[in-house]
Amino acid sequence: MGNRTPLYEEHLRANAKMVDFGGWDMPINYGSQIEEHNQVRQDAGMFDVSHMTIVDLSGDKVKPFLQYLLANNVDRLKDKGKALYTCMLNEQGGVIDDLIVYYLGETFYRMVVNAATREKDLAWIEKHAAAYDVTVNVRDDMAMIAVQGPNARDKAHKVLGVAIADQLVDIKPFFMREMGDVIVARTGYTGEDGYEIMLPANQAPGTWRQLVEAGVKPTGLGARDTLRLEAGMNLYGHDMDENTTPLESGLSWTVAWEPEDRDFIGRAALARQKSEGVKRKLVGLVLEDRGVLRDHQKVIVDGEEAGEITSGSFSPTLGKSIAFARVPASVGTHCQVDVRGKLLNARVVKLSFVRNGKPCIDV
Amino acid sequence: MSNIPQELRFTKSHEWVKREEDGTLVIGITDHAQQLLGDLVFVEVPEAGSSFKDSDDCAVIESVKAASDVYCPVAGEVIESNEALADAPETINNDPYGDGWIFKLKPEDEGAYDGLMDADAYAEVVAEDEH
Repeated sequence: MGNRTPLYEEHLRANAKMVDFGGWDMPINYGSQIEEHNQVRQDAGMFDVSHMTIVDLSGDKVKPFLQYLLANNVDRLKDKGKALYTCMLNEQGGVIDDLIVYYLGETFYRMVVNAATREKDLAWIEKHAAAYDVTVNVRDDMAMIAVQGPNARDKAHKVLGVAIADQLVDIKPFFMREMGDVIVARTGYTGEDGYEIMLPANQAPGTWRQLVEAGVKPTGLGARDTLRLEAGMNLYGHDMDENTTPLESGLSWTVAWEPEDRDFIGRAALARQKSEGVKRKLVGLVLEDRGVLRDHQKVIVDGEEAGEITSGSFSPTLGKSIAFARVPASVGTHCQVDVRGKLLNARVVKLSFVRNGKPCIDV
Repeated sequence: MSNIPQELRFTKSHEWVKREEDGTLVIGITDHAQQLLGDLVFVEVPEAGSSFKDSDDCAVIESVKAASDVYCPVAGEVIESNEALADAPETINNDPYGDGWIFKLKPEDEGAYDGLMDADAYAEVVAEDEH
């Protein structure tokens, strides 16, 4: 038996098919993954993301600590509640994890890190926090529900009540608001508008049931994966890991080089890679032949094996198979993929594939 | 709970087999199999005229989650394939024993059909799977 979130019973009640995900018993779907995918693109769906790890960091030197720990620069966060997406690197520039950090005050930040990387992340954070006298507080007392889709905010407002909804009407993307013990962030992992709601674990089942009544449909991790893939969002352990840098994972935009004198873990290695020229990059692939692209299939460029698919599946929105692949930086507009022994043709595209319900590429 | 029609025969790898009056065998995957796979998005049917031995992989079906082989239940020659599945793989999810059939086979040995599992035996396989 794996770890269970506070919403485990709700999943069973909704006939979820449960699977192991990084040591957690999580719903892969509640029937049809494609219907769940479409309901997020067209209306509103919700995910139990309580398995993710919420870490509160506090102390007088928490800001310089995070400026050293993270490749993006928390000094970019000037307004309370603002969120920043960043990688946490090792000395070699490899990605230990990707995470979101929220600015809650000069001496208080919150991070949300992946479930599967929890133990190594916490060990790494604590190892470096000591020198900065930063207190690390893991919030296992909290649950998290992601409500996503074009109608997600309206439906969530009805459930959260007028007092909270009034404070959310003008919330900007990538900001969070704290309202008593409920925290709502306008963030997500689907390419749609919506919220990630952090709340006390004991309130989660009640809120979940109210969201169901408001027409927000439970959505499993299967659809979460195809939604993020369409949205061009990386998944840790597939699209990047400790052996790849952000520069070869489509995440250069998350590395803050300025100011030049900010030393962060992995900076020297990244600077070296940058000056030598980054040889590989992460691109999107759209399969032109029939079939389905899958993780680890080989990418063939000019007749030679040149790279590998890092995440591949079927895009319900485009009706075609799509993937991320790590390929030589010199790749052209087309390549082939070895799909179960057959060479199929694929087009190379810039990420992402779908945003706010609409295709971003020609199909 | 999955549907297991009494009049069909089955394999451990979740194919169903129906014998037509002329001895031709119609083959597809069971309701249980389509439930396990989830939403199907790609089907590659065998070419008419190709021959397979018992348990050869002869078709590919892929769901959003994963790819899976379909095995030939008995030796024989493919006489027709369900080409409509290429554009509508979800037919197998919606009607696994009807419009979701995958191919028709002329068996080498007409008696081979009788060696396949009946519905009760297959129900036991499914019950074990669900534990």
